[in-house]
Amino acid sequence: MIRFTHVSKQYPRGGPALDDVSFHLSRGEFAFLTGPSGAGKSTILKLIYVGERPTHGEVRVAGQSSAVMTRKDIPELRRRIGVVFQEFRLLEDRTAEQNVAFALEVIGTPRAQIGPKVARVLTQVGLAAKATSLPHELSGGEQQRVAIARALVNDPLMLLADEPTGNLDDRATRGIFQLLREINALGTAVLMASHDLNLVRSTPYRTLEMNHGRLVFDSGASEPPPAAPVSPAASTRAVS
Amino acid sequence: MNLAVREAFRAFNRAPMLSALSVTTIAFSLFAFGLFGLVAVNMRAALDQVEERVEVRGFVAEGTAPEATSAAVGDVAAFPEVASVRLVTEVQALERARRELPEFQDVIEAGILPASIEVRLKEGHRDPETVRAIARRLSAYDFIDDIRYGEEWVEKLHRLRNIATGVGITLGLIFAGVAVIIIGSTIRMAVLARSREIHIMRLVGATDGFIRAPFLIEGFLKGLLGGVLALVLTFLTYAFVGQYQVQAMYFGAPLAALGVLGGALIGLLGSAVSVGRHLRRV
Repeated sequence: MIRFTHVSKQYPRGGPALDDVSFHLSRGEFAFLTGPSGAGKSTILKLIYVGERPTHGEVRVAGQSSAVMTRKDIPELRRRIGVVFQEFRLLEDRTAEQNVAFALEVIGTPRAQIGPKVARVLTQVGLAAKATSLPHELSGGEQQRVAIARALVNDPLMLLADEPTGNLDDRATRGIFQLLREINALGTAVLMASHDLNLVRSTPYRTLEMNHGRLVFDSGASEPPPAAPVSPAASTRAVS
Repeated sequence: MNLAVREAFRAFNRAPMLSALSVTTIAFSLFAFGLFGLVAVNMRAALDQVEERVEVRGFVAEGTAPEATSAAVGDVAAFPEVASVRLVTEVQALERARRELPEFQDVIEAGILPASIEVRLKEGHRDPETVRAIARRLSAYDFIDDIRYGEEWVEKLHRLRNIATGVGITLGLIFAGVAVIIIGSTIRMAVLARSREIHIMRLVGATDGFIRAPFLIEGFLKGLLGGVLALVLTFLTYAFVGQYQVQAMYFGAPLAALGVLGGALIGLLGSAVSVGRHLRRV
């Protein structure tokens, strides 16, 4: 469902963020993306939701290739991807349910469908009782649950989580992780970037480890890497 | 669209101070432009009034047959640039002189004022060249003794009009440019204040058109309100000045409506440009 083929990314100001990264993530899979800060984890997530475009190589997401995708194709693709961030990114002047409903309203979902969907997803993340609370009235963990509910409400194929527990204490972290597992159990693929090695090592899930923009370890590559690139320099880089 | 309108009003509600500031800034930019417009409109009206008096007068030789002058009047009236032709007989000339110059009533006697043909020109044809051409054609009649049209005066008036038009257009463009820049930055501030919303909208898959709509409505409304406020301000200024300078005139309804609509359009365009730029960056 997500396929990176010899993907490199160079930001206009700054060094290479990704260097010849190839991997494949299947439908319904759960995987961690680990590595130190600046290793390229966020760049990978951005390339998936087309917040950035690759400098070289191809990113395929849900059948769409970065090579042929136009700006007009992006909204449609993003409706199939849920994204959550470390800093929640909620609208402070709207209640939890309004924040979640906003994601449906702006893609033109009929109003009659919005209420039931929002209620269902808030129940799923365990926040039905706090639907009318404003973000500042919620704890960090609860705010992240609202953000997850917002990412889920459109029934995405996959959920991308960029350090979703980075701002949370241990208890809230466990709660959010458990929630992501439940979401995955219902069939949504989850790719979670985290530098919390304790969390990553305590689970049986696939781990993709990044360092200096390169994929240095893949615990569960389920199929052989794609054909070697034309460049001889690149061909010597093995992805384990 | 319903949501776009709701979001636009929500922006007003949520940041009333910022919105009021935007509307006031727009209003004052348009007010400055409006004041300038008011001065321009009044100057133009004054010049028009003076220009209306541009007249070519041909004095008819004594003893000319009335048929000849009548025929000439008919001919001249057919010129396309001529608005009206009047034959002033000797008797009418005397009456007029006595009416206009009562203190000389006794001095002015019958027979000293000749009959004349007075030609007034249509608007747009009161420039020195046309006036001269008409004078030449009039003097071609044998019975025309003398021609008067205040040559110097017509030329000065024409120069003044050209200068006024040039200065008017230049200053008008500068004022309009400044208004557009100020309004554009004001709207840009409003867009930046809502950049998180734009970011989330994009992230969840809203189309650019959908994201733009509330901002366009917001910009249009702000421009409209600013335009109305500017109109009220210019009217108050006009009324205030009117206490001392009674002759001033105000914008006609079409021009006033055009001003308000112009404000709304600047608001709309300013928003379109600001959001467009923002969307390209995020």
